[in-house]
Amino acid sequence: MNYHWNWAIFLSDVPSGGETYFGWMMDGLEATVALSLSAWIMALVVGLLMGVLRTVPNRWLSGIAAIYVEVFRNVPLLVQLFIWYFVLPELLPLSIGNAYKALNPMLQQFMAAMICLALFTGARVCEQVRSGINSLPRGQKAAGLALGFTLPQTYRYVLLPMAIRIILPPLTSEFLNIFKNSAVASTIGLMELAAQSRQLSDYTAQTYESFIAVTLAYVMINAIVIILMHRIEARAHVPGAFGGEK
Amino acid sequence: MYEFDWSSIPGALPFLWSGMMLTLKITVVAVSVGIIWGTLLALMRMSGIKPLSLFAASYVNLFRSIPLVLVLLWFFLLVPSLLSNFFNIPRSSDTRLVSAMVAFALFEAAFYAEIIRSGIRSIPKSQVAASLALGMTYAQAMRLVILPQAFRNMVPLLLTQGIILFQDTSLVYVSALADFFGTAYKVGDRDGRLVELLLFSGAVYFIICFSASLLVKHFQKKRVS
Amino acid sequence: MISIRNVSKHYGQFQVLTDCSTEIKKGEVIVICGPSGSGKSTLIKCVNGLEPFQQGEIIVKDISVGDPKTNLSKLRAHVGMVFQNFELFPHMSIIDNLCIAQTQVLGRSREEAVTRGLKLLERVGLSIQADKFPGQLSGGQQQRVAIARALAMDPICMLFDEPTSALDPEMVNEVLDVMIGLAQEGMTMMVVTHEMGFARKVANRVIFMDQGRIIEDAPKEDFFSTPRSERAQQFLSKILQH
Repeated sequence: MNYHWNWAIFLSDVPSGGETYFGWMMDGLEATVALSLSAWIMALVVGLLMGVLRTVPNRWLSGIAAIYVEVFRNVPLLVQLFIWYFVLPELLPLSIGNAYKALNPMLQQFMAAMICLALFTGARVCEQVRSGINSLPRGQKAAGLALGFTLPQTYRYVLLPMAIRIILPPLTSEFLNIFKNSAVASTIGLMELAAQSRQLSDYTAQTYESFIAVTLAYVMINAIVIILMHRIEARAHVPGAFGGEK
Repeated sequence: MYEFDWSSIPGALPFLWSGMMLTLKITVVAVSVGIIWGTLLALMRMSGIKPLSLFAASYVNLFRSIPLVLVLLWFFLLVPSLLSNFFNIPRSSDTRLVSAMVAFALFEAAFYAEIIRSGIRSIPKSQVAASLALGMTYAQAMRLVILPQAFRNMVPLLLTQGIILFQDTSLVYVSALADFFGTAYKVGDRDGRLVELLLFSGAVYFIICFSASLLVKHFQKKRVS
Repeated sequence: MISIRNVSKHYGQFQVLTDCSTEIKKGEVIVICGPSGSGKSTLIKCVNGLEPFQQGEIIVKDISVGDPKTNLSKLRAHVGMVFQNFELFPHMSIIDNLCIAQTQVLGRSREEAVTRGLKLLERVGLSIQADKFPGQLSGGQQQRVAIARALAMDPICMLFDEPTSALDPEMVNEVLDVMIGLAQEGMTMMVVTHEMGFARKVANRVIFMDQGRIIEDAPKEDFFSTPRSERAQQFLSKILQH
């Protein structure tokens, strides 16, 4: 076969000097992790809020949340990203828009990707929160209200603590999804991990090594997140719930 | 305030339509092959044969832990070089569409495998026992009793995954293939009306996917009643 | 203390309650019985505003429950309710279950809440379980804790919605004993139940409901000896057989 394997290429310096190719890959990993974590935190906040709104008796509030979910679920992630990156700056008021466009391009890419991922994932978190709350026995809400809690207090002290524990497994999936979806940011030029696989392959011509290394990096991120979430699930476990020990 | 100018769109409709055709082509191929291959993977994983179940489990776990973008890049960059390095097939543009379809099918199969596996597991074991007690082999029990029931339960989930796949085809952008989104982008870029075309493509996707999901919900309601 | 006047409620096309009226004085113990679907649970849920009603009025100690201007949370802080399925909060320990509403609704300090909570747990015979979680207790124990949780709010009256219906037979008495003790101490109680032995012991009056209406409302001796309606007679003969 014509291909010449060379794993040591990662330790070679890049043409511009100052870093190794491995360093480039690490830069990509850093960008992926930073983007995913910041988007995840935003997604949790938005998703929790919208999920609660989805379940309140007020028709207007739950309707707004429903519209939010449908809009962000039925448009492809890539299209949403392009809209945040290309369209939003044009729709802002002229002064703000110009100031934004003057920012560092990488910052613009990062922010567009972060907001896009946060709102996209937030819609999915919203649905999880909603199904978690709806899966609780009806009497829990009644018991909270009967004690004199207001509805917000009932959500805070009675419904949400249990609902969140119930949805920890599907939330883990969404957390993993954000890491994978962050790769879409490569299409607007953000040099995260997936973009690095292409750049490394272009510069080193060692296509197979580049791709295998990046693939392994994603697999590793996956494994770490799963272990982390298992730890959290164990610590959040309520004694006696779900048919546990008596 | 931005001055909207939608005049690019009517003239570009034939072009956009051919892009949509490509999107649909990829979706249909990936869904069909994905379900077939996904069913095989699910059955392999549930079989007692260690090497098979190990292979299926690793396959599913691998494809579910890496981004679709990466898989598309893999196939876009590596498959042509693989073909020319190993099989001496010259690179051409047709290979791009084929490699995209293969990439999608292989990727989505992993997700279909999980849906199908949990669908099969949701059928009570007593159904298998009853079939075997009637003298059927395990293969017959699967084919005649378990799989038909499992699939009927899974249809909403399979359809929803199909809608997701339809949206994911937009990612062939990284392979420079002219699907609906790629075409819309090209038109917008060419005419300097990117904003309008992006919003237009977003609206089209929304209408298609929202209607499809309403159909699925309606279908689910009919089944239950 | 509690006045229910001409209360009617419908849910869509379905008429749940029709023209229900009764008066409950302070210290009275009222037992509400009747076949399932008669609206008895709905009626007591209207008393603390958990269920809205379209016609009539309910006055709890000068507060009109149906008035849109009434602060329902404030009302509910002073009306205790015990549910058929106990409804303890599974993610909190027993003592936390008792304290959470005291601190967050009544504004008591944590120390005061814990002291009162422990006293009540002792009263229902469960002080050693204070740090356990609801999932680790039996049904009878959970219901006794639920009663203590309601009592911790120093309610002016207590509403019981089929408190023993979800319990295994051997645990029914431990809960009824607590309720009997409460009645003998003079608590105003509305109890929806099938337990006629309890009614005979401590009830002042028995209300019989059927298909959303109050059919009979009589002092207990009268009710058990000479029920006036045929429906009530049928019902009594069926449930008193065992």
